Amino acid sequence: VGIDIDGEVESAEEDKKAKGKGAKKTAAGKRGKAVTSEDGEDEDEDDEPPRGRRAAKKKKAAQADEEDSDDDIPQRRCAGNRRRGKVRESGGDGENEKSGRKSKRGGNKKQKDKGKGKDKDNDKDSDKDEKKKKNSSGDDSKSDEEEESMSEGEMAKLMEEVEEKKKLIANIRNKPWRMKRRLKVLKEAQQFVDKFEGALGKGKGRKLYAYKVMMMKKWIKFQRDFENFRTSCIPWERKIKEVESHFGSSVASYFIFLRWMYGMNLVLFGLTFGLVVIPEVLMGLPYGSIPRKTVPRPEQATAMDYSVLTDFNGYCKYSVLFYGYYNNQRTIGFLKFRLPLSYLLVGIGSFGYSLMVVIRTMAKNADVGGGDGEDSEFTFAWKMFTSWDYLIGNAETADNKFASITTSFKESIVDEQENQKDENIHLRRFLRVLANFLITCTLGGSGYLIYFVVKRSQEFANMDNLSWYEKNEMEIIMSLLGLVGPMLFETIAELEEYHPRIALKWQLGRIFALFLGNLYTFLLALFDEVNSKLAEEDSIKNASIWFVKEYYANFSANNPNYTGTPPPLDPSDGIRGPCWETAVGLEFVKLTISDIQVTYLTILIGDFLRALIVRFLNYCWCWDLEAGWPSYGEFDISGNVLGLVFNQGMIWMGAFYAPGLVGINVLRLLSSMYYQCWAVMACNVPHERVFKASKSNNFYMGLLLLILFLSLLPVVYTIMTLPPSFDCGPFSGKAKMIDIVMETIDMDLPAFMGTILGYLANPGLIIAAVLLMVLAIYYLNSVSQAYQNANMELKKKMQMARDEDKNRRNNKDSTNQVMKDLEDLLPKNAQTSHAHPEKNAEKRHDQGGKSPKVKPGSAGNDVRLQKDVSLASANPNARGPVTRAPGPRGPGPLPGQPGAGRGQGPPPRR
Amino acid sequence: MKDCTYFTRKEILRLFHRYRDLAPQLVPLDYTTGPDVRLPYELIGSMPELKDNPFRQRIAEVFSEDGEGNMTLDDFLDMFSVLSEMAPRDLKAYYAFRIYDFNNDDFICKSDLEKTLNRLTRNELTEDEVRMVCEKVIDEADLDNDGRLSLEDFQHMILRAPDFLR
Repeated sequence: VGIDIDGEVESAEEDKKAKGKGAKKTAAGKRGKAVTSEDGEDEDEDDEPPRGRRAAKKKKAAQADEEDSDDDIPQRRCAGNRRRGKVRESGGDGENEKSGRKSKRGGNKKQKDKGKGKDKDNDKDSDKDEKKKKNSSGDDSKSDEEEESMSEGEMAKLMEEVEEKKKLIANIRNKPWRMKRRLKVLKEAQQFVDKFEGALGKGKGRKLYAYKVMMMKKWIKFQRDFENFRTSCIPWERKIKEVESHFGSSVASYFIFLRWMYGMNLVLFGLTFGLVVIPEVLMGLPYGSIPRKTVPRPEQATAMDYSVLTDFNGYCKYSVLFYGYYNNQRTIGFLKFRLPLSYLLVGIGSFGYSLMVVIRTMAKNADVGGGDGEDSEFTFAWKMFTSWDYLIGNAETADNKFASITTSFKESIVDEQENQKDENIHLRRFLRVLANFLITCTLGGSGYLIYFVVKRSQEFANMDNLSWYEKNEMEIIMSLLGLVGPMLFETIAELEEYHPRIALKWQLGRIFALFLGNLYTFLLALFDEVNSKLAEEDSIKNASIWFVKEYYANFSANNPNYTGTPPPLDPSDGIRGPCWETAVGLEFVKLTISDIQVTYLTILIGDFLRALIVRFLNYCWCWDLEAGWPSYGEFDISGNVLGLVFNQGMIWMGAFYAPGLVGINVLRLLSSMYYQCWAVMACNVPHERVFKASKSNNFYMGLLLLILFLSLLPVVYTIMTLPPSFDCGPFSGKAKMIDIVMETIDMDLPAFMGTILGYLANPGLIIAAVLLMVLAIYYLNSVSQAYQNANMELKKKMQMARDEDKNRRNNKDSTNQVMKDLEDLLPKNAQTSHAHPEKNAEKRHDQGGKSPKVKPGSAGNDVRLQKDVSLASANPNARGPVTRAPGPRGPGPLPGQPGAGRGQGPPPRR
Repeated sequence: MKDCTYFTRKEILRLFHRYRDLAPQLVPLDYTTGPDVRLPYELIGSMPELKDNPFRQRIAEVFSEDGEGNMTLDDFLDMFSVLSEMAPRDLKAYYAFRIYDFNNDDFICKSDLEKTLNRLTRNELTEDEVRMVCEKVIDEADLDNDGRLSLEDFQHMILRAPDFLR
C-alpha cells in the first residue's frame, strides 16, 4: 500500500511546494530509504546511553532495559519481592508489556529529554498541551502509593515505574486509539514522569540528540532527492512507463530493449568517431591530396547531385564515412597517431565490447529474473492491496496509475488462466507436434527455395538480355518470403495455444530462422562481388602502375626540354582499383538506409493512416470500422524486435567498412525512439491479451548474441585472410589486414615482447588454454545446476510447509479424528495426559483468534502469540502418540501403527 | 500531542494551518478552549493529497471519529500521523486493514475485495475477472480458510509485501 502521505508532510514542511513531484518516486528506492532511516535511528538511540544518571542507577537501568526478565532485578535490590510484585502490577496497568521492547530505549531518551525540558521551561509547550493539562485532573492513583520515603529500594522501584511510563509515552503513537484516549493516557503518564523524574537525574545529551535527529531527517531528504534525480536521469523512463501503463510490459520491453541498444551504440559511436574518424579529419591528409581521397574525373560532373549523394556515391563515397578514404601512412599528425592500427583495433574492439556488454547484460538479467519471486504466494493479494501509490497527488499520474494497475491485473489474470487450463493434454501435444512439423516443413521449403533462386541467379548473371523478372527474381522471392512467412507462422502457432509470452518467443525464433536465409543470400551475393573485385584488382594493379609509368614517359617525351621531376599526376586522374571494402560498406549503408525508410513508411501508412481512416471514415461507413475488419493496428512486438536485431547485425558487419554507419545508426535509434513511442500511443491499441513480459528480456539478448556472432564471422574472415585493396584504405600495401599488428609488434615494442607473443601464439599453449576453458565451463555449469536444484528443493519445501500450516489450521477436526482413533488403542493414562494440553491449547487458540476484535491495538502481538500457540497445539497432536507408543510395549503391532498413521512427518518448527 | 503523532511541534502547527485553510470560516484560530469543530468530508476529500486517491472516502471514514468522514483536528492529525513515513508498519497495516474493510465487520470479505478492485481499476475488469481475482486473493491470503481475511491474515500477508512501504 505504501501508506504514506509523506509527500503531504513534506509539502507541509516546504510550504506546499510542487505537488506532483512526490508521486514519481519509485517504490523501491523509498523502501530502501525508509529502512535505512529506521535502522539509523535505532542505532542512534542505542548509542546514547542514559548518560545523566548516577553510575549505580545507570547500571541497574541498563540491566532492566536489556534483560527482559524481572528475575535479575531483585538481586540488585535491597528490598526484594514485595516491590517487585508491585512493579509488575503497575506494568500491567500500563498496558505496554506487549508492545515491542525494542523502541523502549529510544523512547526513554526522548522522554527524558522532554521531561527535562518541561522542568526548565514549562511555558514553552504549545497551547494544546496546556489544554490537555486542564482536561486531565491529575488523578494518578498510582502516584499516591509511591509517595513514600526514598530509600534505595524505593528509588529503584520508582525508576522502574518511570521507565514503564516512559515506554508508554514512547509507544503511544503506535497504538491505534482515538486521539482523545491517547491524549488522556499520555497526560497521566507525563505527569507521573514529570513528578518523579526530577528525583532520578536527567539526560544531558539533549542537544546532541536533537542535532542528530535533524541531521537524520536532512539525510533522508537528501537521499530521496538524489533518488529522484537519478530516476529523472534515466532517459525516456517516463515515456516508457507511459507506454507500459497502456500497453503492458510486453510492449514496454521492446522500448527498453531499444533504449539499451541506443546506449550500446552510443559507446560504439564514441569509439569509432573518437579514435578513427576525428583523428583522420583533424590530422590526416586533406581531401583531394591523393587519389583515394578524390572523386575520379569521370564522376566529378555528377558528384554533387542530390540523387547521387542520396545513394552515398559521389562525394559521400570519398569521405571519412567509408573505408577507402583512409590513408596507409603509419602515423599521422604531430601526435604520431597510428591510424591504421587504431582502425583495426577499433574494429575488433567494438566487437569485443558488444560481446562483453551483451553477455554481461544477459547474466545480470538472469540474476534479476531468479532473484524476485515470479511465483510468489501472494501475487494477487499484493497487487490488490499494495499497488496504489499513496503519494500520487496529480490527476494525470493517477490516470496512468489506474491504467497500469488494470493492465497488471490483466497480465496476472492471463497468467493465471494459463495455469488453470487443463484440457486434453494429448490433443494439445499432438497439435503442437503437428505445428512444429508444419513449421519445419515451411522453413525447409523456404530454405530450398532460396538456395534454388540463388543458384538460378548465378546462372542468370552469365546471360544477357534478361527480362525484368529474371533480373529481380531474388529480391522478389525474398520479400515475398518475408511477407508471407511470419503470417503463416502466426496462423500455425494458433494450433499450439501457448501462453502469449511463450508464443512470442516461438514466433521470434521461427521468423529469425526464416530471416537467416535472407542474411545468407545477402552475404553470398556480397562474397561473390568481393571475389570478382579481387580478381579484377590484380589486372588493374598492373594497369595502374603501367599507366603512371606511361604518364611520366609521355610527359618527358612531350616536354623534352623540361628538366627535373615532372609534375605529379592529378589525383583525380589515373586508374584505380575497385576498392572492394568501400563497395561492401556502401552496400551496408544503403541497406540500412532503405531499412529505415521501409520501417518508418510502414509505421506511417500501416499504423497512422490506418488509424486515421478507421477513426474518421467510421462516421460514414456501412460497418463498424473500429470493431470490425480493419480496426486499429496492434503493436507488432516480434517484427519490431527482429527488425532491431537484424539492423544491429548489419551495423556490426558494416561498421568495419564504413565507420560512418555507426553514426547513422545512432541517429536512427534516437529518432525511432520518439517516433515509435508517438506512433504506439497515437495509433495502436493494446493487445487483446495483455501479457507480462518475462522480467529479463534475455530472449532478445540471445537473438542479439547470435546475430553478433554471425556478423563477427565474415568480418574476422576478411581481416585474417583476404588481401586488402592495393590503393585504398588504411591497410593498403599489406598482404593481410592483420599484418598491421605484426608490424607494430616488430617495430614499436621491445624485442622480448615479440618473442613472448610468439610463444603465446604457440599452438600447444593455445590448445591447452582452450582445454582449460572447456573444463572450467563444464565445472561452472554443473555447479550452477546443483544450485538450481537446491533452489527448487527449497522452494518445494517452503510450499509444503505453507500448505501443511494451512492444513493444520483448518483440518484440526479431521486430524483429531485420526488421533482419537489412535488414542482408543492407547492405554487410558496416556490418553488423558496428552488430551489435556491439547484442550488447553485449543482454548487459548480461540482467545487468540478473537482478540483482534476485542483489542485491535495489540493485534500484532496476538498474531505472534497465536502462531506460537498453534505450533504448540500441533505438537501434542503429532507427538503424543509417538512418545507414548513405546510405553505399553505389550500389544505387539501397536508401536508401528501410530507412525504409519501420522505419515506426514513432524511439523516444521521455526 | 507531540508524542501521540510522528510529528514535531512545528509540523503539527503547519498541519493545523492546513486544516484551517480548508475552511477558514469554520475553524477558529485559537484552539486553547478546545472547540468541537468538524470539517465535512467534502472538504477533506478535496485536499490535493487525497483528491485522486480511490480510497479517499474510506480513509476519511476510518480516521474520523464519527465514521462519516467528518474530521476534527485531532482526527486530522491522527490521519497524517499514521500516513506519514515515520509510522511503523504494524500500525499502517492495521489502518490499511480498516480502510479495505468497507463494511466495518472486522473481516475483509469478498464484497470488500470487489469494491477495492473496482476502485483500483475503475471498473475496467469484467465481472468474471473480478470474481477470479477475488477468489485468488482469498485463496492466497486466507490462512484459516473461513473465506474471508481477518486482520491476522491481512497482516501476515501484507507485512511480507515488498511494496508495502512505511
